[in-house]
Amino acid sequence: MKTALILADASGLVHLSTIDLVIIVFYFALVLAIGLYLKERANTGEDFFMAGREMTAWVAGLAFLSANLGSLELMGWAGNAYKYGILAAHWYWIGAIPAMLFLALVMMPFYHICKTHSVPGYLKLRFGEGSRALSSISFAFMTVLMSGINMYAMAVVMKVVLGWNIHVSILVSSITVAIYVALGGLRSAIFNEVLQFFLIWAGALLIPILGLVEAGGWSGLKAQILKNLTEQRVANPGAYTHAWSTLGNFTDNPMGINWVGIVFGLGAVIAMGYWTTDFLVVQRVLSAKDLRSAKLAPIIGAAFKMMVPFIVILPGLLGLALLRDPHTGSLLRLVPADLAWSDAGRAQGLHGFDEVLPLMLARYCGPGLLGLGITALIAGFMSGMAGNVSAFATVWTYDIYGALINKNASDEAKVRMGRWSTLVGVAISIGTAYLVVRSQSIMDYVQALFSFFIAPLFGTVILGMLWKRATPAGGFWGLFAGTISSIVMWAWVKVNPDAVKYVALSSQAQDQAQNMFRALWCWLICVVVTVVVSLVTKPKPDAELTGLVYGLTEIPQEEQVSLLHRPTFWAIVVGSVFVILQIIFW
Amino acid sequence: MKTGGSLSIWFFIGLSLLVNGVLIFGTGLYELVYPPQDRVVLYALHAGIWWGGLLAILGAIYCYRFSPARERARNSV
Repeated sequence: MKTALILADASGLVHLSTIDLVIIVFYFALVLAIGLYLKERANTGEDFFMAGREMTAWVAGLAFLSANLGSLELMGWAGNAYKYGILAAHWYWIGAIPAMLFLALVMMPFYHICKTHSVPGYLKLRFGEGSRALSSISFAFMTVLMSGINMYAMAVVMKVVLGWNIHVSILVSSITVAIYVALGGLRSAIFNEVLQFFLIWAGALLIPILGLVEAGGWSGLKAQILKNLTEQRVANPGAYTHAWSTLGNFTDNPMGINWVGIVFGLGAVIAMGYWTTDFLVVQRVLSAKDLRSAKLAPIIGAAFKMMVPFIVILPGLLGLALLRDPHTGSLLRLVPADLAWSDAGRAQGLHGFDEVLPLMLARYCGPGLLGLGITALIAGFMSGMAGNVSAFATVWTYDIYGALINKNASDEAKVRMGRWSTLVGVAISIGTAYLVVRSQSIMDYVQALFSFFIAPLFGTVILGMLWKRATPAGGFWGLFAGTISSIVMWAWVKVNPDAVKYVALSSQAQDQAQNMFRALWCWLICVVVTVVVSLVTKPKPDAELTGLVYGLTEIPQEEQVSLLHRPTFWAIVVGSVFVILQIIFW
Repeated sequence: MKTGGSLSIWFFIGLSLLVNGVLIFGTGLYELVYPPQDRVVLYALHAGIWWGGLLAILGAIYCYRFSPARERARNSV
């Protein structure tokens, strides 16, 4: 097969054949066709921003998961698995499953009954305009900035892996997303996310299957990792294949974290904050056609989320066991991206952690399969970006434009604003991507900035839903104090690295461990401030809290349907499988 | 399972799997007849043939099950 190098130079890690390019072009054509097809069904605000609230549980559930499965998620966590071992799987298990089930069974009824368009919209109903303004402005801008950073990182990976021009990657992928979201709104974004979900699995699933064949199954893989890491004199080589047994002490595992950070920082705060209050994912579930579908959707998402480590974490572990230098035959040791992608790093032929997934792809996939694998990475990026942009357009239109700028905007004006804000959101994302090209330290700052809002927001929303005594002043000041305390802790460690032993309880704590503990503390501060301020301020009358707070809201009983159609039954099934997985990989 | 327009999302998914499956299956067969010089690891398993075939079959089932004609018939009932 003739090798085609359109858009590429010879410096890429893999080279695409004509058939690979045909598969990629077909993917772009299909997503644009879906956007054009759905244009006629996005004429009202409910259609454009909420997909008509008519999605089935399967469609909403797969879109809910797909919006989170960005390509950086795929490549980044495969890289983290190479770096930290199976500990990285906690971000898919305890860092997702309990939170998704909690969203389904406890929080979804409130979101669904109050018919809000967004999470900031719920805060307005529960706590008033102050809390909505604070959360919507921070969410809107952080979302598009994050989208731009992901866009840049994706373009860099495409350059490293395929030799593609950075500008072409940024413009082609972002303009495609802008077109199909601006045309068809949330329905188009959701349809494409479901398509992208299938492509991600179709493109990535071969790697762990063939990898396990080569490694001799799971036991062969574990033995090979132990042998390789012992040869390389890595500390605690056995810790790379055990999820829990090395979390007793900070020094026993490669992440420098203990079980408190994983269970409470990740599982109880960061995961709960992200999966239950980040509008990027919650918006997909709000589009469900009825309450039962809205409760089933996160459970379906959780069932597939549990399986994602198979296509993300396992390739990282396989990389530890199997990757060898093709010239010398010696073990290949991946390094941090900034070292690998520097001029010196490239000259030495070094590869970054995040390249482990493309390296494994190139190892097993010939023409055709390689194109599908690269399509999976592109699809991941586009589903994540479409999620960001459609969530931004909704929050901007309803919670900023409609609430602060033009309170009397008609439905038609809101749809028009939604289309324009989609395009503007993409333009800001592109601008951010180019800003990062000029100064990469911006990437660290914006990523940190985004994390400042998630944990305290969860504290505010959960108290608002479960405690009727929480007052508007308590909600606002709790959210404000939690956010500020997170920023202060982050700045403290930046200025004085020794402070990490106070913030993360260990001087060994790596970045991920610091994030866990910072989230835990700022959530606690948010909760304490909300409670204290609420106790000294006047609460809303009960009549105004109907449909918003537990105890004052009549939660509809589950329909008289068979056991197999009940959300609670499937939540128990998913929860049980989750527990079994923890025991197997203990 | 009508989720938009007269075409179901599952039809688009079927179309995508079918086209990709046929292309990958065909490429796998071509490589079987004309083996490449640079071979991937586990080339002998001919992953393109069985994986492409699997995707094509799955895609064909989805395309048939959610074809526009069947959707129209279902919606008119």
